Amino acid sequence: MSNEATLHGHPEVGAAHDAHHDDHGGHHHKETFITKYVFSQDHKMIAKQFLITGMIWAIIGGLMSVLFRLQLGYPDAHFQFLEDLLGSKWAKGGQIQPEFYYALVTMHGTILVFFVLTGGLSGTFANFLIPLQIGARDMASPMLNMLSYWFFLTASIVMMTSLFIETGPASGGWTSYPPLSALGDASEGSKTGMDLWIISMALFVVSSLLGGLNYISTVLNMRTKGMSMTRLPLTIWALFFTAILGVLSFPVLLSGFILLLFDRHGGTSFYLSDIFLATTGKALPNEGGSAILYQHLFWFLGHPEVYIIILPAMGLVSEVMSVNARKPIFGYIAMVGSMFAIAILAFLVWAHHMFVTGLNPFLGSVFVLLTLLIAVPSAIKVFNWLTTLWRGNIKFTPAMLFAIGFVSTFISGGLTGIFLGNSTLDIQLHDTYFVIAHFHIVMGVSGILGMFAGIYHWFPKMYGRYMNNTMAYIHFWITLIGAYLIFWPMHYEGLAGMPRRYLDYSNWISFNQFGGLNRFISTVAMIVFAIQLLFVFNFFYSIFKGRRVMTRNPYDSTTLEWTAPIRPGHGNWPGEIPEVHRWPYDYAKDGRDFIPQTEPLGSNESAH
Amino acid sequence: MNEQRKRIHPHKFTLWVALGSIVMMFAGLTSAYVVKRDAANWTTFSIPKAFWYSTVAILISSLTIQMSLKAFKDREMLRYRNLLTTTAVLGILFMLLQWIGFRQIWNTGVTLKGSGGGQFLYVIAGLHVVHVLGGVIALIVMFIKAFASKVRSYNSVPIEVMSTYWHFVDLLWIYLFIFFSLIK
Repeated sequence: MSNEATLHGHPEVGAAHDAHHDDHGGHHHKETFITKYVFSQDHKMIAKQFLITGMIWAIIGGLMSVLFRLQLGYPDAHFQFLEDLLGSKWAKGGQIQPEFYYALVTMHGTILVFFVLTGGLSGTFANFLIPLQIGARDMASPMLNMLSYWFFLTASIVMMTSLFIETGPASGGWTSYPPLSALGDASEGSKTGMDLWIISMALFVVSSLLGGLNYISTVLNMRTKGMSMTRLPLTIWALFFTAILGVLSFPVLLSGFILLLFDRHGGTSFYLSDIFLATTGKALPNEGGSAILYQHLFWFLGHPEVYIIILPAMGLVSEVMSVNARKPIFGYIAMVGSMFAIAILAFLVWAHHMFVTGLNPFLGSVFVLLTLLIAVPSAIKVFNWLTTLWRGNIKFTPAMLFAIGFVSTFISGGLTGIFLGNSTLDIQLHDTYFVIAHFHIVMGVSGILGMFAGIYHWFPKMYGRYMNNTMAYIHFWITLIGAYLIFWPMHYEGLAGMPRRYLDYSNWISFNQFGGLNRFISTVAMIVFAIQLLFVFNFFYSIFKGRRVMTRNPYDSTTLEWTAPIRPGHGNWPGEIPEVHRWPYDYAKDGRDFIPQTEPLGSNESAH
Repeated sequence: MNEQRKRIHPHKFTLWVALGSIVMMFAGLTSAYVVKRDAANWTTFSIPKAFWYSTVAILISSLTIQMSLKAFKDREMLRYRNLLTTTAVLGILFMLLQWIGFRQIWNTGVTLKGSGGGQFLYVIAGLHVVHVLGGVIALIVMFIKAFASKVRSYNSVPIEVMSTYWHFVDLLWIYLFIFFSLIK
């Protein structure tokens, strides 16, 4: 249906917008406020919508972590303002109640993983960069693209609503394992909050699929003349693999959710068997179900999901690094090949999240092997980044610092993955703070650092103005140092066996030795959160008051987006779309600082 | 733009990727079925007669949409509209027959209680019906457009996309039908 609606979209975008482009503000005579800023089909505007929605979510999700860090750092303290703010049900006597604590960690995970680092990251940069860097006027289907954002926003609104209902939002962990998530009587958060969570996530899946379909067909079908696949910037390759992962794994998650919904409301027992519910004092009639089945379906998405988060960050970092090191990216084909390997392996390792579920040990050893294999492409990528930096003429822009920061956290977080990938070590480390430390550094912090690198780097292209560098440098150093100070100590806590998701550790002799450490972590977490607000201020201030971009290509970059006007209209290029003659990494070649992709090969010049 | 014209139309390509995505969802569900079947307390059901009739209905509808595509390409618009209508009617008939089939299974005592083959059938075949319903709605929209549009459009991409999708839901049902018949 949507296809017909957009059938005539392309010629219009191509023809009408070419003629009416202007540099001062991009006002198009057909565009009203509504079609330009709200129901926009322009990929650049949709990217900004994703970005700002993602930023709002990041602030909410981050604030939740501050709240539960307050509890973990100061389990005995009474913060009267919490009761004033949240009411006596959630923060009685100024102390975070257990139900609320679980709701906070659940929502923090859901929001950051899906709404910030999937919707916010892929949604922003796939939308913004794909058409601009491959030389297309817009996505294959601008209509589906717009719908992708509106599904994302609807999912966001449903999830947000669940924060304000009487029984509170879902609180069974971001993974929503049954039986807790399947039985409304099991906990407060398993009631309406859980239903809203499932509905919101289903909408989110639809949004991801619509977006992913578009990204794939745009990359494969809409490239400009001369833009062969091996001339694509690595950002596009990364976003392309990300989209494939999403399109193949999200539907499986949806099927898991559908079965979960039937268990909740249809009376089936796909996941339920032999349950006695202490809250109601009743034995349930459900027989024959398997909670492990849900875990398989969930992690079949859940594992590719972590690559859905990290691949775009890798792509952004590769591009930013090459531009700012003034050197070609080292091992372009190896970079593409390793991303391909990661994308394949992503589907073959899900059971390493389930080593302690009673999985057959032989099967476990297969998953250990496949999991550890991921170290190979990851290491290739790391070496390629380091060799790109090696003897480069490095410009330490904020984007470059974040890119280098990404490599740092990706290494230190990735190494602990080798510990966790072993099924024997996992018996000790499973569900401890070691896991928390690992995935926060390798996925959370790395993902967000990659996203910051992308935002700082492409902000001038998005808004035609620069962000403030001083604020950016302060933001970078406090974020990077803070992230290490928060998550590094958690490794020690985890090795000592400190389990995740507990409300209060002070009652255990083995864990209350970490009281001081927890207070330290909480303090740093608050400082780091506060400094993110500086970034938010910088972002919005610079949109309106930042220094104006005066040249088309401020970074002396080779890629196509910098050949477009400073503030491109819908359709991106007035007149013809530029033709591409070379790969995107011709830096420091033949005595020249950079050669744009649009420049034909010289008579005595060979392709890279 | 000329370069792009030589390649497969982006909308058609998008559909193929979407079909891959739908395949993954049903692959997820049918593998859950296979895994679950080996566990204790598995219950079975027998394939109702109505499913045989519905299979015939959807097979014929695949034929009619193919003929309507051909009619469109030959610019026989009346024939095109008639065949499109026939396809939509057969689609609705298919859904009705599926519903009757579900009722027949339900009446043998297989309800939503439990976690055996019957419950999986309701979910999986039910989801398939939802996909057919989506196709029928799209057909109705195309039908209205075929009458309402003042400008005659000879662009065959929408009807090609439609017929590919329709063949897909047909094939998907054949797969599910064989799956449920053989793996019990």
